Amino acid sequence: MGLGGYITQFLFPLLIAAKVTVQVSLGAFMFAIATGLILATFRYLLPIALIRLPIAVFVEIFRNVPSLTHLFIIYFGLAYVGIRFGSISSAIIALGLIGGATLTDVFRAGFEAVHAGQREAALAVGMTPRLAFREIILPQTWRVTLPPIGNYAVQLVKDTSLVAAIAAPEVMFTARNLVVTTFETSIIYAFAAGVYLLLCLPLSRFAKTLEQRMAIPR
Amino acid sequence: MIQFLQTLFDHLPLWGPRLLPAMGNTALITLASFGLALGLAIVFELLRSLRITLLLRPIALALEILRSVPILAVLYLIYFGLPGVGITLSPFASGTIGLGVVYSAYLAEVLRAGIGAMHKGQREAALAVGMTPLMAFRFVILPQAVRTMLAPLLVSLISLMKDSSICALIAVTELMLEARLIMSEYFLPMHIFVLVGLIYFAIAWPMSLFAGYLERRLNHGRRAGAPARKKAVWHRIALRTAAE
Amino acid sequence: MTSTPLLRVTDVHKSFGALDVLRGVSFTVAGGERVAIIGPSGSGKSTCLRAINYLEPPTKGRIELKGSVIGEREVAPGTWRRMSDTELAPQRAQIGMVFQLFYLWPHLTARENVALQPEKVGGLARKEALELADTMLAKVHMSHKAHEYPERLSGGQQQRVAIARALAQKPALLLFDEPTSALDPELVGEVLSVIHELADEGRSMVLVTHEIRFAREVADRVFFMDQGLIVEEGPANDVLTNPQSERLQAFLRQMHRQDRG
Repeated sequence: MGLGGYITQFLFPLLIAAKVTVQVSLGAFMFAIATGLILATFRYLLPIALIRLPIAVFVEIFRNVPSLTHLFIIYFGLAYVGIRFGSISSAIIALGLIGGATLTDVFRAGFEAVHAGQREAALAVGMTPRLAFREIILPQTWRVTLPPIGNYAVQLVKDTSLVAAIAAPEVMFTARNLVVTTFETSIIYAFAAGVYLLLCLPLSRFAKTLEQRMAIPR
Repeated sequence: MIQFLQTLFDHLPLWGPRLLPAMGNTALITLASFGLALGLAIVFELLRSLRITLLLRPIALALEILRSVPILAVLYLIYFGLPGVGITLSPFASGTIGLGVVYSAYLAEVLRAGIGAMHKGQREAALAVGMTPLMAFRFVILPQAVRTMLAPLLVSLISLMKDSSICALIAVTELMLEARLIMSEYFLPMHIFVLVGLIYFAIAWPMSLFAGYLERRLNHGRRAGAPARKKAVWHRIALRTAAE
Repeated sequence: MTSTPLLRVTDVHKSFGALDVLRGVSFTVAGGERVAIIGPSGSGKSTCLRAINYLEPPTKGRIELKGSVIGEREVAPGTWRRMSDTELAPQRAQIGMVFQLFYLWPHLTARENVALQPEKVGGLARKEALELADTMLAKVHMSHKAHEYPERLSGGQQQRVAIARALAQKPALLLFDEPTSALDPELVGEVLSVIHELADEGRSMVLVTHEIRFAREVADRVFFMDQGLIVEEGPANDVLTNPQSERLQAFLRQMHRQDRG
C-alpha cells in the first residue's frame, strides 16, 4: 500500500475522530475554567475555614489521584450506583473536575501575585472587597495566569487520549480499532501521534508566546 | 455509606494480597522511569550547554514533540508499534521507556529553569575569587540549583507516579490494571476504584505537602529580593501546570 | 471651640504581636487644617496614618470623622464591633489616601485610574466620571498624560495621578503617607508643588513626611512622633524652630545634616 493509501485508510478516520478529541477538550476546558475561577474566587473573598477546607479537600483529591482512576470512578463507579453517564460526558466531567482543581491553584496563585498595595489602594478609595476584586485584582491576574492556563490546555488535549479506556470514539480509540482490523500497528499509532502533534503544537507555541510576552514586567 | 464501607472491608482480605504486589510494581516503574527521565534530561541539558548550533534545534524540536504527544500514544507506539519493526519489549520495559522518554522533556525544563534562574553574578563572583569554571559549577551553581529544583522535581515525581497508571493500558500489572481485573471479577467498580484512589492519594498527598513545604521554605529565603520572589511565584505556577 | 473637629483620634494603640507600634496616640484635626507628622523611621507615623482609614485597624482606641466613629459599630449600648471591609467602604470613600508607592492600577490608564472611584463607588455615569477625571488630572498638571498607562509614567507623574485619584473621590480629609520618599530626588519637587497647591486651597490634610522644610511651609501644626507616641506638637514654626524635647532636637539636627550632605 502506498502513502496515499495509508492516508485515506488511516489518517482520514483519525482526523475525523479528532473531532471528538476537540469536543471533549473544549467541554472539559470550559468546565475547568468555570470551576477553577469560581472556587478560587470564593476562597479569596471568603477567607474562612468553612469555605477553604472543602475547596482544599477538592483540590487535593483531584490533584493527587491519577486521572484514569477518576475517569473509572465516574464511568464505571457511578454507573454501579445508578448514575449513568455516556463515555463522552464522563470524560468531560472527569477531566473538567481534574482541571478545575489545577486551575483553582493557578488562579489562587494569580490572585496572590497581585501586590497587596493594589487592594489597599482600592479599599482606600472606598471600594468594597468585592468591587476591588472585580475591578482591580481580577483584571491583573490574567497576565500571570494565562501562560499556565495555556500549558494546562496542552496537557488537557493530551489527557483526552485516556478516554480511549472508556471507549469514547476519539483518536486513540479509533487508532486501536484500526489496528485490530488491519494490523498496521506502527504506522497507525505514528499517525495518531501525528494528529496530537497537529492539535498540540500550535497550542503550545501559542502558550509559549503568551509566556514570553507576559514574562516581561509591564 | 455504611453498607459501602462494609462491603469494602469484607473484600479487603481478598484484594489486599493482590494490590500489594501491584503497588510494588507501580513504585518500581515510577522510580525506574524517573531515573531514566532524569538521566536523559541531564544528557539533553549537557548537549544544549555545549551550544553546538547543529544540535540545538533538533533537541528543542524533540523536546517539543515529546511534550505535545500523549503518553498513551508513546506507550502504544513502543509496545504495539515497535514489534512491527522487529523490536519486541515486555510491557514493563515499554512502560518504563515510554514514561522515561516523555518525562525527560519535562525534567529538562526543570533543570534548565533551576540553572537559568540563577543570577549571572553568582558565577562571576565565583570566577572572580579565582575558582575554575568547574569549581564554580560544583561549589556555587550546583548547590543553589539543587535547592531550587528539589520542589519541582518532587512535583514531577508525583505526576509520574500518577501517570504510571496509564501503563495499565499496555498490560503492565501495576495498581490500575490489577484494579481493573478485580473490577471485572467482583463487579464492584465503585469500591475498587475508590480504594485504589485512596492508595494513590495516601502516597501522593504527603509528597505534595512536602513539595509545598520545600517551595515555601525556598521562597522564604528569597523574600529579601522582591523581584526574585515574584519571579519564583510565577515560575512555580508555570512548573506545576507543566508537570501536571 | 465647641464644634466637633473634622478628625478626632483618641488613645489609639496598635501592636503587631509583642511589638507596640502605637502606644496611645490622641489628636484632633479641624476642618481646613493641615497637619504634618514627622519622626524617625519606625516611630509609628505611617501606622498612625493608616489607622485613620482603618487599613491598619487599631488594637485599641477610637477614630472619629465629623463626629461619627470609623471602623466600629455599636451593636448594643457600650458594645462595639469591628466593621468588615465592605461596611467600611462608604467611610473610606470620604478619606483620600496617597501612598508612598503610589499603587496606581497598572491595567488602567491615568484617566481610568482617576475615573474608576467616581464611577463605581460614587455612582456617576462613565462619561461624567471621565470628565471629572480630566478636571482632576488638570489640577495636578497631568492632562497631557491622561491616556498613558502607569508603566509609561515617571514616579513623580505616577504620584501626581495618584493624588488626582484621591481628589476625585471628593474627600473630606486627605492623607499623605510619605508621598515623596520613593521618588528620585529630581522628581520630588513636582509632587511637593502639587501638594502645596492643594494646601493653599484650604483642604484638610494629614501628611506624613521626611521633608522638614516642606512641613514648615505647608503645615499649620506639626506632630513629632517617636516610639509610638506624639512627643511634641504645636504650630509648625514653633515646633521646628524651637524644639523643646531633646529627642526632637536630635532628630532635627540629624535631618539637617542629611539635607546638607
